[in-house]
Amino acid sequence: MSRTFLGMPGTVSMMGYSGKETFPENAAKAVRNSQLRFNLRKATGTIRGRRASVVGELPDWPDLRQAGKAIKDHTLRNLDTYLVRLEEAVTKAGGHVHWARDAAEANRIVTDLVKATGETQVVKVKSMATQEIGLNEALHAEGITAYETDLAELIVQLGDDWPSHILVPAIHRNRSEIREIFVRHMSEWGRPAPERLTDEPAALAEAARLHLRERFLATKVAISGANFMVAETGTLVVLESEGNGRMCLTLPETLISVVGIEKLVPTWRDLEVFLQLLPRSSTGERMNPYTSMWTGATEGQEFHLVLLDNGRTGVLADDLGRQALRCIRCSACLNVCPVYERSGGHAYGSVYPGPIGAILTPQLRGMGSELDRSLPYASSLCGACYEVCPVAIDIPSVLIELRGRSRHPVAERAGMAAAGWVFKRQGRLARAQRMGGRMRRLVPKRLPGPLGGWTDTRDLPAIPKESFRDWWNRTDGGAR
Amino acid sequence: MRVALFITCVNDTLFPDTGKAVVTLLRRLGVDVDFPEAQTCCGQMHLNTGYRAEGVRLADRFVTVFRGYDAVVVPSGSCGAMVREQYPRLADGGAFPGAVAEAVADTVPHVYDLSEFLVDVLGVTDVGAYFPHRVTYHPTCHSLRGLRLGDRPRRLLEQVRGLELVPLAGAEECCGFGGTFAVKNPDISAAMCGDKVRNVLDTGAEVLCAADNSCLMHIGGTLTRQKAGVRVMHLAEILASTEPGDAREREESR
Amino acid sequence: MSARDVILARVRAAVEGVPDVEIPRSYRGPEPATDGLVDLLADRVRDYKAVVHVVEEAGVAALVADSLAARGVRRLVVPEGFPETWLPSGGFERIGDEPRLSAADLDTADGILTTCAVAVAETGTIVLDAGEGQGRRALTLLPDYHLCVVRQDQIESGVPGAVARLDPARPLTWISGPSATSDIELNRVEGVHGPRTLEVVVVTSG
Repeated sequence: MSRTFLGMPGTVSMMGYSGKETFPENAAKAVRNSQLRFNLRKATGTIRGRRASVVGELPDWPDLRQAGKAIKDHTLRNLDTYLVRLEEAVTKAGGHVHWARDAAEANRIVTDLVKATGETQVVKVKSMATQEIGLNEALHAEGITAYETDLAELIVQLGDDWPSHILVPAIHRNRSEIREIFVRHMSEWGRPAPERLTDEPAALAEAARLHLRERFLATKVAISGANFMVAETGTLVVLESEGNGRMCLTLPETLISVVGIEKLVPTWRDLEVFLQLLPRSSTGERMNPYTSMWTGATEGQEFHLVLLDNGRTGVLADDLGRQALRCIRCSACLNVCPVYERSGGHAYGSVYPGPIGAILTPQLRGMGSELDRSLPYASSLCGACYEVCPVAIDIPSVLIELRGRSRHPVAERAGMAAAGWVFKRQGRLARAQRMGGRMRRLVPKRLPGPLGGWTDTRDLPAIPKESFRDWWNRTDGGAR
Repeated sequence: MRVALFITCVNDTLFPDTGKAVVTLLRRLGVDVDFPEAQTCCGQMHLNTGYRAEGVRLADRFVTVFRGYDAVVVPSGSCGAMVREQYPRLADGGAFPGAVAEAVADTVPHVYDLSEFLVDVLGVTDVGAYFPHRVTYHPTCHSLRGLRLGDRPRRLLEQVRGLELVPLAGAEECCGFGGTFAVKNPDISAAMCGDKVRNVLDTGAEVLCAADNSCLMHIGGTLTRQKAGVRVMHLAEILASTEPGDAREREESR
Repeated sequence: MSARDVILARVRAAVEGVPDVEIPRSYRGPEPATDGLVDLLADRVRDYKAVVHVVEEAGVAALVADSLAARGVRRLVVPEGFPETWLPSGGFERIGDEPRLSAADLDTADGILTTCAVAVAETGTIVLDAGEGQGRRALTLLPDYHLCVVRQDQIESGVPGAVARLDPARPLTWISGPSATSDIELNRVEGVHGPRTLEVVVVTSG
């Protein structure tokens, strides 16, 4: 598979990480950052409770989950048919459909569309797809400034930072850090932060409202993604909270939506499932404040849809891995993941962090780098992600499958081969156990090499004099 | 009923007392348990770390050894989940030749975690145990989300005379062991265990109990490193414990 | 080959021989209306920190007048087709959208008064479809105050009933409470870019 650009290539410096370091190396730094740990623990703890409570309210949640899974599987199986159907419907409703094989092609299409309007500024609704392809950077190179309007994206953009969460890209920042960023940097991008800004969340939200108001009223081109596209009707759906999405989707004269090809659902009716699954799984609300649905050119707007492949068809070709394309980007798996809670999102070196990122990034980007090879191991396989996933992506199984496909370190291969040899005959196992029993006093307090990671913080168990099987044989199963 | 004990390689090598406790407990309940000596390892370490070929060979060995038993009792949530969850998935994926796949289909439904065997097969929750200590229970991920043991371990512990069971905050969260995860991601693993240990200490319990010695080895290794004064015990060892006066009865039952 | 043909060819190659799946729809579908829906809707909308009133038809105009007065709304946008019987006789400046108001004009209005297309009791949602009495989407976006009148017969119990009643060809806006954000420490804060105050009047058909 060719290397697919995912926003954070291995050469870009990010948050003090070189990008060449592996997940364990990045995570080792993150766990020592007490502010990050505190912010993440607080935020993920809050959201876990909220999700559990609103999911528990629905008696038919398991049925919705099975339906959501099946709708996505059926769509993926017939993706060609539904993509063509979507194209027809959008075109019939006055929209223009473009197809992009990769990030470069998508960026070129969007850049050309913006240039054709003569504008040099665009407003953006939070979108994973445009982050994935590095659209803002591509526009910048062509003299076009993209203004992020989602509060968290604004925090990330103003702070010259990287997103660390799918839903709440600034989850690694707490209120006082956000205040600091607003006070320092809002003036560089437009209206400065109000004087005497406090770190009350309501005051910070108000500052964002004031900062962006003029921008919304004046900007003529908007760029969005979409949560869902309905093949049958050509309808696009965006779920959001703040109203920045409505501003971008409604006010500008030209709207360009960049959407991954897997975001399709076949029929209008299918939305009845996903409009229940997504808000409850992501923000833990019964419904998010605003959902916009539009079909083609709406209320006099010029509408362009850019359908993005960028590695997705490669994932689609994989029998086990394709289930990652069911993902509706709710981020429930991030919020519940004990590893993510302690490593934060930057450690994953991709716009897709957390458990879903650990299976999506190596599939989209390949496993050519040390970082990408380390991602399938960024999990204790505790299974919490699978349990909360609203479309039942079996993340642990895909992780295990990906582990089997990557190259293993030499010492580990030797160890595993030796273990395999010992387990092949019970006699070998018994002899190894007896040798361990005789040498049990010689085991050092600190293990050498990679195994030292264990003894850095944990004692080893005392090795018993006699294994269970030797006891069984000696005592005839305890009878003697 | 022909009942076999799958001791698991970790218990066999490092925690023989757990195996002895299972034998004691089952004999006390009138079950004669067999230990097929050809058993070694279920292949979990290999399969979960990405060494599929070795893992598949060990799975093959497992079903060859245990096929034909009415019940295979496993005192380990993660090994039990490996057999029950992953073997059928491997079979579906065509990992085994036809005859082995058949053996998998024959054997897997007879594999029980110890607590399932006690509660579901034998139909007992009061196993006649006595353990006068303050205990907290960590459900372990694969017991909880893999085998779905539910409240079986708790029901068994609640019936133990003298035992005070105290709830553990954040019980359902992973302790950070995850097999080779603990070695490959030692910092995150230690951070997860640190939080688990803090929650354990907050309970004021003397004993941390679980149905998986791998997780207990991890948490216990951290507890002893911290000189925390809390010991870890496998569920089987608590359930096998009896009052001093019962010792004769226990000896007789052997 | 065009990008379109390449992507479609890749898709076909990727899924060749993959079995299709049936979609189980055992979840709750549209359900008949019950008397409890008005209260459920009111409760769920209030959960979002919106203001909710439940009145009979005859009391709507007076309630609207009180609400406008309480908020000090002078310049009120009233979209085409809003029922005249629900409008108070005076006390505010009525602004129409014909000719189309500019975004800047809309931004100076104190509030917007609309009907809706459908409401969802279980989720506390009102849905606007730009129909009679609702106007285009920007009208309910720029003014800081949105007063929405819902008829009891427009209330669906759950999401499936609402989806079934809506026309996808129309621009749709699902509104659940005032604009909000959870971006700061995942705590919900009401009031960002959209209207910071949402007030809902449920008209019972008793």
